[in-house]
Amino acid sequence: MCHQTVGLVAGELERRGIATTSVSVLREITGKVRTPRALFADFPLGAPLGRPHDAELQTRILRAAFALLSHPGPPPVLVDFAPGLPQPGSHGRY
Amino acid sequence: MATYRYRALEPVPFGFPTRPLPGARVALVTTGAVYAPGQPPFDDSARGGDVSFREIPSDVDVSTLGIAHKSDAFDQSGFLADRNLGFPLDRLREMAAQGEIKELNQRHLSFMGSITAPGRLLAQTAPAAADLLVADRVDVALLVPL
Repeated sequence: MCHQTVGLVAGELERRGIATTSVSVLREITGKVRTPRALFADFPLGAPLGRPHDAELQTRILRAAFALLSHPGPPPVLVDFAPGLPQPGSHGRY
Repeated sequence: MATYRYRALEPVPFGFPTRPLPGARVALVTTGAVYAPGQPPFDDSARGGDVSFREIPSDVDVSTLGIAHKSDAFDQSGFLADRNLGFPLDRLREMAAQGEIKELNQRHLSFMGSITAPGRLLAQTAPAAADLLVADRVDVALLVPL
């Protein structure tokens, strides 16, 4: 349900001209809701930013989510987080 | 839950940010049901889900945020130990300090994710929340599910 709520709120924001990106831990549901942009991070429900007190991992997930803002589409954009790889956007671009 | 029909965005609204991230104002939206000190918690017993939202001031100490989420669908221990797991405001502050983001919005938004009947969310509270961020001239919103 939380993933549906994220998708629906993202839709309202996009309709008003605010670009959105998001994180998902439930790929199938995010795909069904057709959330405009989502990074699928394969972590347990309740841990979308990976691990508690792991700032480095949390920041890598955020950078990867923000990198989707430059994804050409078409929407919905649903991309897997690759933990071991450098992410586009990790140098302040996106 | 196997028979639940998820709402789908059709067509999918989709636009690009007006500014690159180092020039952008960013707002955080969580469905982790966090609330700031002094704010009412969410109503976990509301039929179909509590569709209200809280405005979280950007200068809040994240460790003081309450969590009203009583979902037993997941282990909450990580989120309780580190609110950044579902409300990564400290990480966004660091990115802003590094210049990766221009600035954080003055407020961020918190919903309770466990909404099974999203009619009023779609008709009322999500539009109201989006209007606030438009008024704040937010360029980019980051949404995190819990």
